Amino acid sequence: MIRNIFIFLLILCSIALKAQEAHLPNMAETFRNDGKIYVVISVISIIFFSIVLFLIFLERKIKRLEDKFKGN
Amino acid sequence: MIMKHWYKIISVFIIFYTLVWGLLNPVPRLDILNETIRNVYYHVPIWFAMLFMMLVSLIFSIKSLSTNKLADDIKAYNAAVVGFFFSIPGLLTGSVWAKFTWTTWWTFQDPKLNGVAISILIYLAYFILRFSIDDELKRARISAVYNVFAFVMMNVFIMILPRLTDSLHPGNGGNPAFAKYDLDSNMRMVFYPAVVGWLLFSFWLFQIKNRISFLNNKLDD
Repeated sequence: MIRNIFIFLLILCSIALKAQEAHLPNMAETFRNDGKIYVVISVISIIFFSIVLFLIFLERKIKRLEDKFKGN
Repeated sequence: MIMKHWYKIISVFIIFYTLVWGLLNPVPRLDILNETIRNVYYHVPIWFAMLFMMLVSLIFSIKSLSTNKLADDIKAYNAAVVGFFFSIPGLLTGSVWAKFTWTTWWTFQDPKLNGVAISILIYLAYFILRFSIDDELKRARISAVYNVFAFVMMNVFIMILPRLTDSLHPGNGGNPAFAKYDLDSNMRMVFYPAVVGWLLFSFWLFQIKNRISFLNNKLDD
């Protein structure tokens, strides 16, 4: 009898746990576990660093022009 | 060389850190928002950069009123241009985010959106005012006075009014922004550096713009 009640309680617990799990908001877990997030990060990083490189070259060009004006 | 470029180097490192860790770090699980909560690291700092640039613009406007130097006026204008430039991705990212969480690209229910729209028009008027005056000294004085007004109005529209009424944006409708319910400590670790990084980055753009306009001025002389 006690064993039956115990099993019943266990089942109840597991149902409660499952209900909680079902309520958890979805967070793209499979995508992360596949490691695909690193693909996104590398693409974003490449774009960001190319913009930074562009700005650096632009600044160097401006510096050269400034030196030209100082020379005059 | 490092002395001159330190803030650019720091800003690039910080932004890179927020791009990587912003996508990897654990965030609170919330309904509706889900993974889009990470937009806080990118959408909000862009707006902070815009506000910062408008503040820089205000400072140089006031400075130009007291010194009467045209260089300060040009700096004020450049800062406003950079700030205006940041408001466009700010609006677009907000619009995309709103589409998938508030289910609409634009809602007139939200005082912050309306306030931002009005502020952008106010600054557009600042640019038009500048273009309409030919005399340089006159332009400097009138646009500096207008800029003080524009900055105050922008703060009323996007910082004060949204806090007085209900808003869809967190931290509005009476609560101070970034209360403990809005950001957890994991998110702060990325969000605060992101704000600093984008402020420095906007300042870098501002310096580039200044140097170009001074070259342009020298060319005219």
